Amino acid sequence: MTSADAPLVEARGLTRSYGAVRALRGVDLTLAAGEVLLVLGPNGAGKSTLLRSLAGLLRPQAGTVRVAGRELNRDNPDARRAIGLLSHQSLLYDELTLLENLMLAARLYDIADPRRVAEAALEAQGLLDRKESRPRQLSRGMLQRAAIARALLHEPRLLLLDEPFTGLDAVAADRLRQLLALHHSPDRAMVLVTHQAGEAWDIATRIGVLVGGRWAYQAERPAELAPFHLRYQELLHA
Amino acid sequence: MTADPSRANPVITRGMVLTVLALAGVAAVMMLAVRYTPIEVNQGLAQKIFYIHVPSAVVAIWLAVPMTGLASILYLWLHDPRLDRFAAASAEVASVFCLVVLTTGPIWGKPIWGTWWTWDGRLTLTLFLFFLLLGYQTLRAAIREPLERGRFSAVLGIMGLVLIPFIHLSVYLWRGLHPKPVVLKPSEPSLPPEMLHTLLIGFAVFTVLYIGFVTLRYGIQLAQDLREAADAA
Amino acid sequence: MRRALRHALAIAGKDLRLELRSRTSLLSATVFAALVLIVFNFARDPTAVATIDLAPSVLWVTVSFASVVAMNRAFTVERENAAFDGLLLAPVSREVLYVGKYLANLAFVLVVEAITLPLFVLFFNVDLGHALPGLLLTLLLATAGFVAVGTVFSAMVVRTRFAELMLPILLLPFMVPPLIYAVKTTVPLFAGRPLSDVVEGLRFLALYDVAFITLSVLLFSAVVDE
Repeated sequence: MTSADAPLVEARGLTRSYGAVRALRGVDLTLAAGEVLLVLGPNGAGKSTLLRSLAGLLRPQAGTVRVAGRELNRDNPDARRAIGLLSHQSLLYDELTLLENLMLAARLYDIADPRRVAEAALEAQGLLDRKESRPRQLSRGMLQRAAIARALLHEPRLLLLDEPFTGLDAVAADRLRQLLALHHSPDRAMVLVTHQAGEAWDIATRIGVLVGGRWAYQAERPAELAPFHLRYQELLHA
Repeated sequence: MTADPSRANPVITRGMVLTVLALAGVAAVMMLAVRYTPIEVNQGLAQKIFYIHVPSAVVAIWLAVPMTGLASILYLWLHDPRLDRFAAASAEVASVFCLVVLTTGPIWGKPIWGTWWTWDGRLTLTLFLFFLLLGYQTLRAAIREPLERGRFSAVLGIMGLVLIPFIHLSVYLWRGLHPKPVVLKPSEPSLPPEMLHTLLIGFAVFTVLYIGFVTLRYGIQLAQDLREAADAA
Repeated sequence: MRRALRHALAIAGKDLRLELRSRTSLLSATVFAALVLIVFNFARDPTAVATIDLAPSVLWVTVSFASVVAMNRAFTVERENAAFDGLLLAPVSREVLYVGKYLANLAFVLVVEAITLPLFVLFFNVDLGHALPGLLLTLLLATAGFVAVGTVFSAMVVRTRFAELMLPILLLPFMVPPLIYAVKTTVPLFAGRPLSDVVEGLRFLALYDVAFITLSVLLFSAVVDE
């Protein structure tokens, strides 16, 4: 296996409990560049826990995560360079303008010329005219676009999305789908947690269903959504 | 590994047995203090509480708190929940022993020095230790998630351990009314043999009491943790 | 190394900017300090106790309480929109993250002290004169120590229910040794003794700082990494 074939994400035996609740029970995940994994499952199945572990925000009690060949642990901050996260929360400071928020992120990612890159990122999301606005002054859709600008600022090879379609109207959801399709490229991968398979079906290359902290299903994305939906319902009620 | 609460029972039983034995030992020490030891020339009968006060202090400061600190360090390194349980149990017992010191101190002091409290080095150190331990337990009570509770307690435990020499240095600025060391001196202990023997027995008894209490507390916590795990399954 | 410093300064700068925009913490800490000074003034009998005897204690009690108020904000500001996750996601080591927060906190508390000191001089009619350089050094050394511990503790308590109450409960035992030595150093300074007389106290404060800043840097990861 040449380094070009080495998986972008390699997670082995991820285990994590919250008190008596075992959120992840020895989960494995291998993702190559170019893949888009949709993670489905009931609430409390461990989806968010998995995503946060892949982001380096959660330390598993057992198991390891390697992204772009580097292990995610506290002694290895550079490993996080390849990761971008879009979560429910915008990760933006309310008292800083959009531009200031993004420039801070740019500095933390050691991006040269933070201002230019920050403005470019805002422009790509159609927010350049709002660069002096505070997050509070934005609508939900605009806030998410700002969060996306922040997440993509450092051109992460691995993009993690935690239920990104929640609370979006049809227009915003379409816009997000287009964006993801554009972001999708042979040297990048995405993991998208959702409980609506239909939202991102077209861009997905793999589907995984997490139930009770374990994979109940993991396969290449089937051609048809409807038969998969039946299978999914079965898994949920098993 | 099954989450069966009854697995904690042998631990609890062992703890109770040791505690009861040790409490009997404490009673024996008191009897020795009253019957066997001579009456101290300067301090009279009030001095007899020394056989409870000193062992409590020594076990709290030199055994219980360092054990909590050590368990905290090991927990951050090994992440073994048993270490966290032990650290918490040891801290709780340490705070009880500190309370004993802080109540027997005034009982000893009032007849002799004429005052209930004095800001001398040792009592003040024990007072601060007590508040440190209370803070530790308050923190634990405020966090429900076990992993977070363990990590935060361990951090506080280690910080507290390092703080103790600094408290020691700063409170000994004031020379106090505390009786001068009579046992742990470079020269021979200057106690009459009956007092020395009773004191040494006191140390042994309070050490067993510490072990008993900690085992008991550990067992109770273990039972609770197993019950919660069994409920969730 | 230079990258680490840049990261720390970016984080500290962000905190300073946030606080300047909202000013809530600085204001409440300063008002609190002023109130404490006023209470002290009314609570004493000037004929019974000379001001100069009480002055060091008043100063240091005021400073320590106001510092706790000022330090509460350190991590509450990170909770909005889970902004702290943004810092944790970045390729920034937890040690550098700590240094950034620490520097910002230190700056705030020093600002509160800079406002409190003139108020103190005003209300208590204390002639600082030659004592000023020594006093400033003592303030700096003592503050550096308990802000170090306070930064770690505020990261912990922000996740508990009674954060504003928990911080003083946990922090006060750690403030006592530096307080004792700070007072021990301030008393001779106010009495006109030279700086060379109080070197021992300053040395203790410096030792405390080294011990607890080091410990805090090492332990911060255990607090913020879930």
